[in-house]
Amino acid sequence: MSQRAKATKRRKVQLVRLAHARSGDKGDTANVGLIALKPAYYPLLRDQVTASRVARHFRGLITGGVERYELPNLNALNFLLHGALGGGGTLSLKTDAQGKVFSTALLRMEITVPPSLHVD
Amino acid sequence: MTRKIRIASGQGFWGDWLEAPARQVEGGPIDYLMMDYLAEVTMSIMQKQRSRDPALGYARDFVPLMEHILPDLVRKGIRVTSNAGGVNPRACADAVLDVARRHNLAGKVRIAIVTGDDVFDRLNSFERRGHSLANMDTGEPLAAVRDRVLSANVYLGAQPVVDALAAGANVVITGRVTDTGLTLGPMMHAFEWRGDDYDRLASGTVAGHIIECGAQCSGGNCLVGWERIPAMEEPGYPIIEAAEDGTFVVIKHEGTGGRVSVPSVTEQLVYEMGDPANYLTPDVIADFTTIRLRRAGKDRVRVTGVRGRAPTDLLKVSVSYFYGYKAVGTLVYAWPDAYKKAKRADRILRARLERLGLAFEEILTEFVGVDATHGRLAGPPSPDIPEVQLRVGVRAREREPVARFTREIAPLILNGPPSVTGFAGGRPKVEEIVAYWPALVAKSEIKSKVEILKA
Repeated sequence: MSQRAKATKRRKVQLVRLAHARSGDKGDTANVGLIALKPAYYPLLRDQVTASRVARHFRGLITGGVERYELPNLNALNFLLHGALGGGGTLSLKTDAQGKVFSTALLRMEITVPPSLHVD
Repeated sequence: MTRKIRIASGQGFWGDWLEAPARQVEGGPIDYLMMDYLAEVTMSIMQKQRSRDPALGYARDFVPLMEHILPDLVRKGIRVTSNAGGVNPRACADAVLDVARRHNLAGKVRIAIVTGDDVFDRLNSFERRGHSLANMDTGEPLAAVRDRVLSANVYLGAQPVVDALAAGANVVITGRVTDTGLTLGPMMHAFEWRGDDYDRLASGTVAGHIIECGAQCSGGNCLVGWERIPAMEEPGYPIIEAAEDGTFVVIKHEGTGGRVSVPSVTEQLVYEMGDPANYLTPDVIADFTTIRLRRAGKDRVRVTGVRGRAPTDLLKVSVSYFYGYKAVGTLVYAWPDAYKKAKRADRILRARLERLGLAFEEILTEFVGVDATHGRLAGPPSPDIPEVQLRVGVRAREREPVARFTREIAPLILNGPPSVTGFAGGRPKVEEIVAYWPALVAKSEIKSKVEILKA
């Protein structure tokens, strides 16, 4: 492939370079807040990090569905991952019983970035 | 010049940094010191403590803390709002009154206790009158676990905190008041906000949400540039500088470590969030999709634009009940083939548990270093991985199978796969599980009470 072709090709980028995140628990549900590192990245997150995409990403790791809420004012999305915590609270046997690191687990996902967009 | 008030966060949970409150009092001017001690499971732990000793059942850290800072609080006119009272606010207040007398502060300290949240004795009457107290997550009626209930506390809002401050309390000790109410209360009191001024109440609620987890909004647990956040050995805990119109700035004392930035505050805003347009509290429904954040200088973030609506006529009840038992055992396997050895040990252990005929609700195996945090998303480990911790947990309704499990870990050291270590702690402990049951009850059923005690 020529250099020019490479430069115009859409590319896959891991979310960790486009967003930061924090997660927590409510019963057996984990929430993950995904926040764009720059406002220009937010539309990419909104368009590609859909509830169904996130459900696929966590398949086998959660037993319930995924809900998504938009917070364009904070350049953020909030995901609720149901059945994520092995019963939740004190019942859970998991190391991450309170869902604290579902945040960075989501940041492993890759999305497509247009060639025009500069990513640090 | 409009008046501003400063509300400082001193504790984000029971177990937080002991030095933080004193640093907030000594590090610069503040008007209020807010300390949140209660997580979902904390009330049941306190309930257990009170059942063993009627003088306990509150956040005991609060008393030595007051020993240290009460004279300073009185001298500077700083007022405290805290839910340290847990299931026994009166005992907590009595202990603080003793502190006040020892420091010759008689006549200078008024302590308010806020009660009315404890509805344990009223559960039967609720049920008789048709409140099913159904589990908000599963829909099951409370009757399913009624005989195992250990505690039941309604989440009270900011109003009793406002009443306590209006009655001149220097220290407000509450039971189960919402975390956000401890910050909203001082604002409502200082600015005389009306109970239906929903935008202002929502703004105060957002302020409370931002500082209720202590340093988690001022550099702690912050993913953005975490390696460059300065002086985390002494992070500045957050302070809200609020104006009468409800807008506020998140700051921290000069010369402290940590960082207050738009990213650090945003991470805390989305923490433990459900539907952001409907953040429900007893005081107001706050709409987090209206929040505007703007950097207003070094370690200063301005918050504006928050909108709110009338609250529902329901209150949340936090019920705890006895569930069963669990235990977690660990062993560490070293190179070479660390992961293979750990997997083999797990298979052997499970075969032995099965032969013993032990009935568990769940057996969970994790391989720390391989899959414990991100599961299959982490991908396969390096074949050369230096060590792997085998971590096996079990849960059962009965104690016996869990107790037996705790005796099956150690034998693997001598009769299982090689290069195993990390068993310094002895047999795993059998833990009692107290589970959490969230429910709703009509607001009209609940009357909060404020009582003033004088040193």
